[in-house]
This record gives sequence, structure tokens and C-alpha cells, in this order.
Amino acid sequence: MFAYYLDLALRSLRRNKVLTTLMVLALALGIGATITTLTVLKLLSGDPLPQKSAQLFYPQLDPYPKDQPFSRSGKKLPWLMSYIDAMNLLHARKAERQAVMALSQVKLTPQGQGGKPFYADGVLTTSDFFPMFDAPFQYGAGWGSTDDESRAQVVVIAGFLNDKLFGGANSVGRTIRIEDHDFRIIGVLRPWAPQPRFYAVHLGGRDYGKGEAVFMPLQSVRADGMTPNTVMSYGPEHTDMQHLETAQSIWLGLWVQLSSADEAPAYKLFLGNYAQQQVALGRFQLSRVGLWDLMSWLRNEQVVPDDVRLQAGMALGFLLICVVNTVGLLLAKCLRRSREIGVRRALGASRGAIFLQFMVEAGIVGVAGGVLGLGFAELGLWGIRHQPAQYASLAHLDLSMFLFTFVVALVSSLVAGLLPAWRACVVAPAPQLKAS
Amino acid sequence: MQLRPILSSLSHHKLTASLLMLQVALTCAIVCNVVFMIANRVEQVTLPSGVDEAGLSMLNSESIDKSENRLARHAADLAGLRAVPGVTAAVAVDTLPLGRDESSYGTCASAEDLAKAIAARSMMRDGLCVQPAVYGGTQGEVGALGLHLIAGRDFRADEYVAGSDVHVAILSRALAEKLYPGKDALGQSVYAGGAKPIRVIGIVDTLLRPHLRAPEVNQYAMLFPMLPNDGEVTYLLRSAPQDRERVLRMAAEKLQQLSPERIIPASGMRTYAQMREAYFQRDTTMIGLLLASGFGLLFVTALGITGLANFWVQQRRRSIGIRRAIGATRGDTLRYFQTENFLIVSGGIALGTLLAFVLNAALMTQYELPRLPWHYLPIGALVLWGLGQLAVLGPALRAAAVPPVVATQSV
Repeated sequence: MFAYYLDLALRSLRRNKVLTTLMVLALALGIGATITTLTVLKLLSGDPLPQKSAQLFYPQLDPYPKDQPFSRSGKKLPWLMSYIDAMNLLHARKAERQAVMALSQVKLTPQGQGGKPFYADGVLTTSDFFPMFDAPFQYGAGWGSTDDESRAQVVVIAGFLNDKLFGGANSVGRTIRIEDHDFRIIGVLRPWAPQPRFYAVHLGGRDYGKGEAVFMPLQSVRADGMTPNTVMSYGPEHTDMQHLETAQSIWLGLWVQLSSADEAPAYKLFLGNYAQQQVALGRFQLSRVGLWDLMSWLRNEQVVPDDVRLQAGMALGFLLICVVNTVGLLLAKCLRRSREIGVRRALGASRGAIFLQFMVEAGIVGVAGGVLGLGFAELGLWGIRHQPAQYASLAHLDLSMFLFTFVVALVSSLVAGLLPAWRACVVAPAPQLKAS
Repeated sequence: MQLRPILSSLSHHKLTASLLMLQVALTCAIVCNVVFMIANRVEQVTLPSGVDEAGLSMLNSESIDKSENRLARHAADLAGLRAVPGVTAAVAVDTLPLGRDESSYGTCASAEDLAKAIAARSMMRDGLCVQPAVYGGTQGEVGALGLHLIAGRDFRADEYVAGSDVHVAILSRALAEKLYPGKDALGQSVYAGGAKPIRVIGIVDTLLRPHLRAPEVNQYAMLFPMLPNDGEVTYLLRSAPQDRERVLRMAAEKLQQLSPERIIPASGMRTYAQMREAYFQRDTTMIGLLLASGFGLLFVTALGITGLANFWVQQRRRSIGIRRAIGATRGDTLRYFQTENFLIVSGGIALGTLLAFVLNAALMTQYELPRLPWHYLPIGALVLWGLGQLAVLGPALRAAAVPPVVATQSV
């Protein structure tokens, strides 16, 4: 029966070639735009560490004076922490793992080969960073907490930097000059760049992209005078960049890993106690605290650019109009075929059969629109890859979006086909036959 | 033209007609907002910087040698750069309008305002003081940028200092008017980040800040006779526009010759036009996308109108024939379909106007978009009426061509 409907539908579509083409084209444009923008949106609002994100939390404290809050509305908690608070929480070891971090532009000078110095992005962090974020090592390993305390001059480098400097060979044990000091390479990462770059969000880094080149122990490089990208002062005096450790400034992000999300209330209680303690000591005026799991943090900080959300909304509006357009055209078509329907009904076709026949016709338009729309989406993503945006190189259609294209195509065409098919199946056969 | 037959015929196609109306309404709502967003972005992208942009290019130099005398280094570099053939002016600056890197000082119009602001522990409260961007550079910066000095004078050579401890400043007109409303700002003293008065000696017409914020503060900027004294410096070169690429190349070579102890990042070697383009890159992309989606929408809607009109003409061939047979002219038939389309599109526009404001309100809460000005609606209506008439013309002409003899044929 289905094959017969398919045949009928194809005949009907072939009868009005121009109209069919236009219908498919319009639907394909809407689908192409929707899939392109949704792919980008999905990419940008994705989970950077799917296996870990439920366990990772971002604590916030508020060292700002009451009458001079961090945000204009006074509602938002400060994005970062002061050195004293970050270190206190780090050393309290109340979570399974914890690491503080800042970002910095660092000058790298390759050893030997008369290499020219160049700038790269660097992470200043503590030992738990690598196991906590599941950073995979190609060679060597990260440093331990004793290296943090002893201010060891060691560094972990990213795979792409290892390729650039050492041709991808095992470079553990070699040295690299960072700013004005030599650091020993103790680990090389595999390509690793969770998207969005969640830990870089307020540290003056990029929200998306290939990630940083070097990872260094925070205390070691601070002893060398390296300064972070972002420093915000909450005290009355200017921040002295040489004495950030004691300044009334926030410049560090703290991430903690809890054994499960159930531990979050306990950790928040600990944070609250810590804040109250600081109020009692006179360091803080406010005892409010925040604790976000990774995905809520990204949502709350609106990491996805407004423009991208706007584009997705626009594309959905476009698809809606395309669907309304298809409804209108299919409806007009089916009303013109009242006589054909009348004849089929008179020959014994049931209402359901007529309904099905018209839905099959709509479905064919949908599938054709999906195939063409896939082409448009690939074209759109190709265009995005050639934009100088941070996330440009990541814009690819994955399998789930590929399948989703056809779901969108079928659903929108079947929704479009509902009304015409219903109108077709309620046509009364007798008057149609009489009219001729 | 009688409307009654059209209306009664439309009432037989209630469903299709109202679908078309809905499509026109949605298109109207979206296109009005899209055009408004395009206008906003275009305004942003074409914002005048106050700088004579055409012949400007610049390159960054980061010194590796920490022991060198930077002021002497910059002076020597500038002397070398001025010798590059084609360079008409060369200055060292710390940042540029639309250069993104910004340093700003809380600035007050008088010592009393400063005291009040300090007492209130807030520079911004009650609008006492503002946070203008500050530009520092070597002598000749105003001329090299091509800023338009509307009052006062440029800095004298003896007014330049190496730190931020300056005694004179040149303000943008917007800043001067904000700090000294209704008064002549020339000769007044501003207090920027300290208790020492800084005398206003000049006012330039337009001067954008390095990093744009809200429209009303985008031009709060001032120039200090403050010599760049960092290891990292930007050299600004003026030349004939067609010479920019060559001048940049030669300038980079020249600098490496003068002292190889530096990094000249390729990303910092560019013309002012390129920097401006990079600054607004997101906006230009959005303008392109918005334009494409706007035209796409109109195209799809035109398609829908043509498609439906075609069907209606085929469906009514017989009745058109009868009308022709009893005296209707070709023109009557043509006008019949045009009027019908006009009515449907008008209905769509009426609904669309409402939807446009609903959509705008939703966008205002989600994104920082201002209220849709009402004059976008008549423009949108005109466009849709025009589009409707254009789309229906083909089918209407085909209808007009139906001969009266059709009336006598049995179907």
C-alpha cells in the first residue's frame, strides 16, 4: 500500500515540477539555516568534559566592600578569588581535588637552534589541574604538590607546542626558556582543548579555541614575577603587580572536584563557614558564597555569544515561515485535486487512505528538502569555518546533527502536511463527482 | 473596483487566504526587526573615530632587552622610521581609537567633585566624575592621527613627561561638554586619578575610545603628553594610502636593523583600516547574515504568494471566462487579482505590525536591542505590498489572458 502511495505522490509532485521544486527549495533553505546555526550553538554550548562535568564545581566568595559591590547591581558574586582565599581553600583540601589557576601571556625562547622568542598563552596553576580536568599525557606526567611548595622550575607543554619546538619527539627532560628563566619539561599533553574553554572564561583567555601552550606551577612563576592577564582590585589603592599575593585583588580561579554532586551542599556549607570566619576576622564584609557546577556556571556566565543565539532564533523563525509556506502550497494543491480524491473515495478508498496518501506526499517533500538542506548546511558551515571567529575551525556537522537534519525535515514537512491531508480526507465524494 | 465579489470569493478560500496572511504577518514581523538590527550594526560599524584613517598604519615592537633606555630607544626608532621613504609622520603611542587596549582614569571636573567622589567611595556615583580613556604618545600625535583641533592648541615639546604625572591635557569635545556643561572647558583643570590639577589646553572634535562601551560614553577620551615608556610600544606611521604595505614592510626591516633585540609580532603589523575591520568583524558578519536571512524570507514569501495565486487562477479559469463573457475586460481581471493580493497582504501587515512589536519586546529582554522605531513599520508595509504585487503579477497576467470562450467549454 505504501508503495502505491509513494507512486501516487511522486506522480502528483512530477505534475507540478516548478511548484514542487519551489516547495523543496524553500524548505531546504529553512532547514539549511536551522542546522547550520544549531550546529554552531550546540558546539558553543556543549559540555567541555562530559565524563567529569557533574563533579566539577566553581566556588565564589565576596571580599568586596558592602557599599562598593563587584557588579553594578550588587547581585553578582566576584568572578575570581584573591590569592589568600584561593590558597586557604586549596590547602583546606575539603574536596577530592582542587586547583587554582590564572592565565598569562608568556614569552617563550626555544633552546639552541638560535630560536627567536615568541609569545604564547600559558596557564599558571597547581598540581591537581591535570588529574582533575582529565588532561591526557603523551609523555611524562604533571607535577606534584611538593613541586608547588618547593617552587620547582618545571613545565608541562601542549602537544602543538611540542610539535612546533621538538617535532613531536619526547621532549621530557629538555628545557625551555620562559620569560627569563629556564624550565624543565616534565610532561607533554596529547591534543587537549575542552570546548568551551571553561576554566579560561574570566581569566582573560579565549572562550573557545585550541587552548594554551604551557602549564606552569603558579608559585614558581610568580616567584619569577610573571603577572596574570586579569587582575581586579577591590581595595582603595592601586594594585601592586609585584605583590599580588597580599594585594586586595582578585585574580585566581578555583575549581574543585567533589566525589559526586551530593557533596555540593556540604562543600557550600564549608565555604559559608569560611566566609563567616573571614567576616569575623574583618577581612570580608559579606558572608555570601556561591558554588556552581560546571554546566550551570557556563550557562550563568552566558559564554555562548549573543550573536550565535540570535542567529539560531532567526533561523528557526525562517524555518517557521518556510513551513507555513509549504502548508499553503500543499493545501492549494490538495484542494485542486478534490475531484481526484472524490473518484478515489467513490472507488472505495477510506479517509485514512487518503490522509496517508497526502502525508506520504508531504514526507517526500520533507526528505527532498532534508537532502538539499544538508547541502545548504554544509555550505553554511564551510562559510563559518572561513570566518575569523575563535570557534571557526570547530564548525563541523557531526553524525547526530546529520540525523537531526532529517528529523527536522520530516517533522516540519509532516506538520506542514497535516492540515492539507486532513482537508483532503474530509472531501465528500458525491458533490465532486456530480460537478463534472 | 468592487470589493464585494473579491471578499465573497476570499471567504471561500478562508483557510488558504489566512495561511498566506499568516505568512505575510510573520515575514513582516521578522523583516522589520532584521532591518532594524542591520541599521543598528551599520551605525556601529561606521562610527567615526575622529582619526584620519586612510593613510595610517602601525606596528608593535616589544623589546627583549630589559636594560635598555626605552625613551632613547623610541626616539632612535622614530628617527629611523621618519627616514623611511613615503613616511610623512611617525609617532610612538600606547594605544589607538578602536585599538582595544585601554587605560582609563576616574576624572572629575573640579577638586570639590573629586573630594565628594572620594567621600562617596565611588567615582561614578551621581555623575560627578567620568571614566574617560587616556591616550599617551610622543610629540606630534594629534597631527599624525589627523585629529581635528577645534579649540586651544597642541602640546608643546616641554610639556611631555615620561610618567603619568602630566600638567596639561587635550579633551574630546564630548568629554569637555560632559565635564563643563555650558562652560568653556579651555583653561579649566580636570582631576584625573590624583589630586594634581591638569589644565585643559585643547579640544578635539571627535575621538573614539579604544574599546567601545555605551553610545553616550564612547567619545569620553583625552590625550596626555605622556611618552610611552613600556617595553611594548606601537609605532604609528602616516603615508600615502597606496604606500602603506610597502612602508610597513620597510619600517619593520628598519626597526630590526636599528635593534634586533625585539619582537615585531605579525599580528600587530597592519593598516588602521585592517584594525578597524578586525574590531568590527563580528558585526560585519552579522550584517551579512541578517541581510541574507532578510532577503531569504522575502524570497520564500514571494514564492508562496506566486504559488498560491497560480493555483487560484487555474482553479477559477471557468469563472474568469464567465466574467469575461459577460463584459469584464482584461484589465478588470488583472485588477481583480491585484486587489485580492493587496487585501491579503494588508491583513498580513496589520497582524505583522503587532507581531513585530511583540518580537521586538522579546529581543529587548534577551539582547541589548533598543525599541523598534515606528517608522520601520510603514517601510516594511510598503516593501511587502510591493513584493506582493510583484509576486502576483505573473499569475494575474495569466488570468487576464483567459479568453471568454472558456465559459462555453465544459470542463
